[in-house]
Amino acid sequence: MELTGAEITIRCLQEEGTEYVFGYPGGAVLHIYDALFTQNQVKHILVRHEQAAVHAADGYARSTDKVGVALVTSGPGVTNAVTGIATAYMDSIPMVIISGQVPTFAIGEDAFQEVDTVGITRPCVKHNFLVKDVKEIASTIKKAFYLAKSGRPGPVLVDIPKDISNQKAEFSYPSSVSIRSYHPAQHSDLEQVKSAVQLLLAAKRPMIYAGGGVILADASKQLTELVRLLGFPCTNTLMGLGGYPATDRQFVGMLGMHGTYEANMGMQYCDVLLAVGARFDDRVVGNVKHFSQEKRKIIHIDIDPSSISKRVKVDLPIVGDVAHVLDDLLAELHASKEKPDQQAIAPWWAQIKEWRGKNSLVYKNSDEIIKPQFVIEKLHEVTQGDAFITSDVGQHQMWAAQYYKFDKPRRWINSGGLGTMGFGLPAAMGVQLAHPGEQVACVTGEGSIQMCIQELSTCKQFQLPLKIIMLNNRYLGMVRQWQQFFHGNRYAESYMDALPDFVKLAEAYGHVGMRIEKPSDVEPALKEAFGRKQQLVFMDFITDQTENVFPMVQGGKGLSEVILAEDL
Amino acid sequence: MRHIISLLMENEAGALSRVSGLFSARGYNIESLTVAPTEDATLSRMTIVTSGSDEVIEQIYKQLNKLIEVVAVMDLSEGEHLERELMLVKVRAVGAVREEMKRMTDIFRGCIIDVSDKTYTIELTGTGHKLESFLQAIDRSLILETVRTGASGIGRGDRILKL
Repeated sequence: MELTGAEITIRCLQEEGTEYVFGYPGGAVLHIYDALFTQNQVKHILVRHEQAAVHAADGYARSTDKVGVALVTSGPGVTNAVTGIATAYMDSIPMVIISGQVPTFAIGEDAFQEVDTVGITRPCVKHNFLVKDVKEIASTIKKAFYLAKSGRPGPVLVDIPKDISNQKAEFSYPSSVSIRSYHPAQHSDLEQVKSAVQLLLAAKRPMIYAGGGVILADASKQLTELVRLLGFPCTNTLMGLGGYPATDRQFVGMLGMHGTYEANMGMQYCDVLLAVGARFDDRVVGNVKHFSQEKRKIIHIDIDPSSISKRVKVDLPIVGDVAHVLDDLLAELHASKEKPDQQAIAPWWAQIKEWRGKNSLVYKNSDEIIKPQFVIEKLHEVTQGDAFITSDVGQHQMWAAQYYKFDKPRRWINSGGLGTMGFGLPAAMGVQLAHPGEQVACVTGEGSIQMCIQELSTCKQFQLPLKIIMLNNRYLGMVRQWQQFFHGNRYAESYMDALPDFVKLAEAYGHVGMRIEKPSDVEPALKEAFGRKQQLVFMDFITDQTENVFPMVQGGKGLSEVILAEDL
Repeated sequence: MRHIISLLMENEAGALSRVSGLFSARGYNIESLTVAPTEDATLSRMTIVTSGSDEVIEQIYKQLNKLIEVVAVMDLSEGEHLERELMLVKVRAVGAVREEMKRMTDIFRGCIIDVSDKTYTIELTGTGHKLESFLQAIDRSLILETVRTGASGIGRGDRILKL
């Protein structure tokens, strides 16, 4: 039987097992919405802004191992979605975005709501397609899902002109897909793995540095086994948090610009570094020249060859799926006659212990005013460290990363690469839909939350009982911190005047609002909020305006040139 | 250092913009870029002349390979290779200059492919260096316009870039 392009599109999503589509209707996708309407298998979540549709699909994807799906119309639908797409691209999140386009005969005529979608999104997608023949919709969507999920994941966009979604064709969904120009790496080169094992066993000052690739490859089990087997210290990047249990004694904390002293010093002064699914970005190693002054052997496991030796020269690259490579490494280690020598690395651990003694995450608590770090610590306690935490971007993001000890992967959902304010709330919606009944909290600030606040309406419509933990310091805190440190205390446009009454705002959207102003109220308020299992609770924590994020490695500085709270 | 990179890609709309977009987005240099379909109409062959440090060239190579529509990439300058470029030059050719211009064209083994009472159009093929030399050898004030294709490259002998 012949189906319309729109019906084919929805059938493809059904075939892919898509549970939720996050989207917003409009002229160019009307046929597709009509096809959605006549079935029940794929559920549609109506957001209030296309940016949120993509972030929600993103949160869904990050918290599961599935492909997130978003559906937007042409023109402004797509341009609004671009921020979300770029966010997913920077963090390698598997996602398929279906966009409507003006009819093929109108393309290029500056038609109403026309933009060059393929052109606009080209630099921030793994790949994109413009479908010009209804017979190609099914094979294109099949390819899109395959590309999004395989290799180094990423967002893939499929642009479907309105006339194509209305034309008819026979539907058959391809059972397999092969693209002659696309062969993502799978298994590692065993010789390289053997060499890596030799290097690791000979290390005197080893360090394991694991990033988001571990989460994306679902390889935290293997990573944990490897770290324990070797007895080495392990650090996670912002994107890798939860890849190794944060409460474990071998974990030295997050590294990078706001990483712990011990993680950054360990990274700087190790003699063998095993990098797993991480990319040595500027927020992680700071000044590359400074980093490269110290001699160390670097083993780098990554699925993307272009990540290897991009910023830091690597001695031993292993290209492959992180989970497979770690399996091979473990097998090789088990088979090796040589065993990890804990005596040999004991002095290194002693050194790390000394660095740990700096207690670089210590902060001065107060009875008078709420410290943001304290809120996160209490959040961790009240949720027993078991919540899904999304965040926006800024100081609150760093405090959440530092003080919420993530023991499991896929629990920490944040925009690491692009640093997108407005990500947290819609991402939390996707997480909550993927995990009904689980505790989902969005840690945010009064700046970030206002970038996608309209989604409180979506939360009401779909009964999403999120907990919004807003650290309200009346400043764009991270901007203010940089202005304090590097711009002579000139707080240009970083003070937020005329904030709304967030309690009333939450109530206006039909949710519960709470304002918490005293440190002694933090824990009871959190308990009450998380006790309200069916309701969204918006918690406005009035926090210390002057608090800064420490430790800090300034941009352009080396990892050992760290500023601690005690230095100021 | 100058590198000449050859690649095979799907002959599809937009494929060229993925390559050129990659170069501009990442700040890589393009000296010239030529592209046309091959004997297999589903594939286009592109020659890119670029320059950069070894690290940059390595990244260019990897980033090109990462593009979904790129089927194969080869850095021709890593080994023995040939490169040729085509140039069309229209020159003012009146009086005594007419004979002189014909002679120079012969010396450079070019040919005159269009003649009018005041102009010659000369076709010349060779390396970029040879084309430059020709332009320097003739009286610059006589040049009306030049069109160059940019270099096309191919590996020598057994160095073959094929699907």
